[in-house]
Amino acid sequence: MLSRTADHLYWMARYIERAENVARMLDVNYRMSMVPQADGGIDAGWGATLSITGLEDAFRAKHSAATMESVLEFMVFDGTNSSSIMSCLRMARENAHAVRGTITSEMWETTNDTWLKMRDYPRWKLAGSEIGEFFEWVKFRSHLSRGVTLGTMLRDEAFHFIRLGTFLERADATARFIDVKYHMLVDGAAPPDTAADYYQWSALLRSVSAFEVYRKVYRDMITPVKVAELLILNDQMPRSLRTSLDEVFENLSALSNYRSSETERRAGELHASLKFGRIEDVFTRGLHEYLTQFIVRVIDLGNRVSEDFLVPMSSN
Amino acid sequence: MANPSSIYDEMNSADGTVRSHYAGYKKWLAETPPERIAQKRAEADLVFHRVGITFAVYGEESGKERLIPFDIVPRIIPAQEWKQLAAGLRQRVKALNMFLNDVYHDQEIIKAGHVPAEQILSNSQYRPEMQGVDVPGGIYAHIAGVDVVRAGAGEFYVLEDNLRVPSGVSYMLEDRRMMMRLFPELFSRYRVAPVEHYPDMLLTNLRAVAPAGVIDPTVVVLTPGAYNSAYFEHAFLAQQMGVELVEGQDLFVRDEHLYMRTTQGPQRVDVIYRRIDDDFLDPLAFRPDSMLGVPGLLQVYRDGHVTLANAIGTGVADDKSIYPYVPDMIRFYLGEEPLLNNVPTFMCRKPDDLAYVLSHLGELVVKETHGAGGYGMLIGPRATKEEIERFRQLIIDTPDRYIAQPTLALSACPTFVDAGIAPRHIDLRPFVLSGKDINMVPGGLTRVALREGSLVVNSSQGGGTKDTWILEV
Repeated sequence: MLSRTADHLYWMARYIERAENVARMLDVNYRMSMVPQADGGIDAGWGATLSITGLEDAFRAKHSAATMESVLEFMVFDGTNSSSIMSCLRMARENAHAVRGTITSEMWETTNDTWLKMRDYPRWKLAGSEIGEFFEWVKFRSHLSRGVTLGTMLRDEAFHFIRLGTFLERADATARFIDVKYHMLVDGAAPPDTAADYYQWSALLRSVSAFEVYRKVYRDMITPVKVAELLILNDQMPRSLRTSLDEVFENLSALSNYRSSETERRAGELHASLKFGRIEDVFTRGLHEYLTQFIVRVIDLGNRVSEDFLVPMSSN
Repeated sequence: MANPSSIYDEMNSADGTVRSHYAGYKKWLAETPPERIAQKRAEADLVFHRVGITFAVYGEESGKERLIPFDIVPRIIPAQEWKQLAAGLRQRVKALNMFLNDVYHDQEIIKAGHVPAEQILSNSQYRPEMQGVDVPGGIYAHIAGVDVVRAGAGEFYVLEDNLRVPSGVSYMLEDRRMMMRLFPELFSRYRVAPVEHYPDMLLTNLRAVAPAGVIDPTVVVLTPGAYNSAYFEHAFLAQQMGVELVEGQDLFVRDEHLYMRTTQGPQRVDVIYRRIDDDFLDPLAFRPDSMLGVPGLLQVYRDGHVTLANAIGTGVADDKSIYPYVPDMIRFYLGEEPLLNNVPTFMCRKPDDLAYVLSHLGELVVKETHGAGGYGMLIGPRATKEEIERFRQLIIDTPDRYIAQPTLALSACPTFVDAGIAPRHIDLRPFVLSGKDINMVPGGLTRVALREGSLVVNSSQGGGTKDTWILEV
């Protein structure tokens, strides 16, 4: 396969996944904002979503304060913000357009249709109670896109590059979710054992579609350690770091070429650390340090994938 | 302009009765509720949008994509008529390839005095780089899109031979797919010759012209990129043939061969179906500012290590200043009389012709010899006084750049327009493939001028398309 084609497939998948994660992150904030909390808690929550994405500076250049309205405008519609849902879906569509001969017509039509609908999405719908519907819509378009990939694509190189992009992006996003939310919760705006605390934890779980999963796995009350264990180490939880790295490692192995052995080794090492790791050790080391380290290693894998297979970042 | 009543209508004869090959369709149209037709037309629009069968229009807001209007009334051609047409196309394309081989080798046609040397050698489309280069099978125009119009029953004229990078075949295929989706019942009433095997035929053809000694050739489609007006077609053909769609940046020359960059390292490329003009193919040989081509490609090509389809320098044979000589080429190379008519053409570089053209501008069609796509042309009977005067000056200043032809009474085909169904002028572009032998799928792309009375069918000028049916019986 052409390196450029692989590059487009990989980034198409990353942008779709990114749009979904931005929607999930905004959705959980929106849900949390309905929970009674201390003064300033709501705006602090919107500010935190910006720090997850590392976009505080770009945001401050345009908006004076992080409120629900300003953050939504910036993270949903702002075409100059490369991480906004609008930008992600546009980039997904542009990458798909460049390789429409390689993906199935169903995949192209899904991606194109998502972009056309997003471009024309009525903004007034985000002002009121229908905002939740919008986030659901973004998530479902992402589900649809994954489903179409699984349901129509030949299991060839193209498929593996798409899956690799999806799961590297997801590993990165889930790690950031846990990190920021966890610290907000533990360092705490909300005192423990209050109703607010419970809702905050459950909102974090919901943001990764893990609320019912948690109940099923633990049949117990919600505790920080168990939440972390579920989202980091659980091999059955589809958005956990462990599952993401299962997929990264597997797809990378399938793509193996004449110069990718070091990248595979690093992916294998990170995968093994999740497969055989214990949550107690994670906490002994410090959750924040652990996640920071994890994110650095995922970024390194992304760079190495570009160097080994795709169009190297430096020439973009 | 021809008298409207003398225009040949594809569906209805002059006495108002329906032509026999359209009888079944007309009956179906009468029986089908208008609401269903309206609903199907809306469905067609929706599907074309969703599938993204669009083209970019130069000169409009950048990146803007537009649909080519699709009309649901098919253009039907009886079997016997197609047989004649196909024979004429084979003959013509065969002679054109022999002409190209000749002008880049021994130039017998010049020596024999049929075409003046300066008409060929000082033509900007003539590529001296190709002199003495042997291409596989002596084939230059592997894909030809010959534009044909009908003036009367059995009376076909060739308007132009597109031998560089003719486009439109994807619309031919998509129009058929759309018709079968919208109106499957019509295909049980009519035995319509299939066209869906075109990509297979194209691939077979491209593999057949690989450099000598290559057993299992790697074929690619070379595109200028996603912003090109015909990008949809490039991607479509690559996908349908199951080959890579490459851009210049994906290719490089090493050790006298051509390679593409893949995820598994460099891979040899043997045949390029290129959809880039000559000028942009190789910045070392042609336009140095081209970002679309591959440095060093020309040398690899001249050494016979890669095949380009179409070959470099085919423009010298489809140039409008060479067009008047095609009937002579057929006689010279094949010893046959041409089966298809040429439109009588006045060459403004000839003083007698020039004088005639200048005094009859109001009734002639004036074309730029190197123009394409319906840009830079004057349709006398439809033009304003100012336009005519502007062209008069242009022709006087550079007579070499213009030819003129009488206005043909292009046939018309009933077409859905705002006011209902009305006749609109059409042409036909069959795609003729040359490799080991000459092949084509029955039919081609029918283009229709949607504005009343308009003779310009180009999509860039608001033309639409129709499905073309060649009947099997």
